[in-house]
Amino acid sequence: MSPRFRPGDAVRVRAWDPPGHVRTPFYTRGRRGVVLAVAAVHPNPEELAYGRSGLPAQPVYRVAFSQAELWGEAAERTSDRTVADLQERWLEPAP
Amino acid sequence: MSHPHDDPHPHQPDIEDAPLGYHETLTEALLALLRDKGVFSADELRRTLEEIDSRSPADGARLVARSWIDPAFRERLLHDVNAAARELGIDAGGIPIRAVADTEQVHNVIVCTLCSCYPRLLLGAAPDWYKSRAYRSRVVREPRAVLREFGLELPDEVQVVVHDATAELRYLVLPCRPAGTEGWDEPALAALVTRDCMIGTAMPIVPG
Repeated sequence: MSPRFRPGDAVRVRAWDPPGHVRTPFYTRGRRGVVLAVAAVHPNPEELAYGRSGLPAQPVYRVAFSQAELWGEAAERTSDRTVADLQERWLEPAP
Repeated sequence: MSHPHDDPHPHQPDIEDAPLGYHETLTEALLALLRDKGVFSADELRRTLEEIDSRSPADGARLVARSWIDPAFRERLLHDVNAAARELGIDAGGIPIRAVADTEQVHNVIVCTLCSCYPRLLLGAAPDWYKSRAYRSRVVREPRAVLREFGLELPDEVQVVVHDATAELRYLVLPCRPAGTEGWDEPALAALVTRDCMIGTAMPIVPG
């Protein structure tokens, strides 16, 4: 599976709340970030957790969020950033 | 001087005094089954635990110190920590580790908000606070306040970048080489690099 996103692409994390083992932190859901890099291509851990194959392997991206985007008015310092590693199926283009 | 026996010392509970929880019971049962079925022996289990316990931040500190004195090594470390560690005879394990380098303008700090992912083979076992809900939930929300509690006050012009290890990577912070260490050899430099320097909750300090 070739990566759908490239470094510099703006993405939005799906505002999604599936049951079971989930690897996308709640605080990033629905938030807009920027792809820094493809971190890995890996079988889906949300499937592996149940003994399934997790195939096809999924690109995992390092996605950077501003503290302002994550926490709004409550941000401690708007220009600070958080970077999380997120699977492709959790990301949508956010042009 | 004797003391009266109706005034006993405070009792410190032994480890067995608390009831076994669900997961402890499950672990004990699973271990017994794996041993009984010959998947591994008690001796192999002990040796594996010894190997895990033998890891310490000294290995990570060697990588950082080498990167400070050898720019080509630094490039290789930033490209592939596990391979760079092998050059120094350090087994960083099969899980990819990524080094995040501090600069004058950027300070990095690591966390795993979902569980407690940690570059254990380079830093040894994670400290309890790293696994606590308080650290995991607060450091993404108010990193500067958390770092201040560790005694690290960052200037306004420095950007804080928190790395949440949510997937298949582990992170290692590569701190800046402190001023006043020109000409120091690798062991002397490595001695400045504490565990917390590689988590990002401290910076190397030259004893003054």
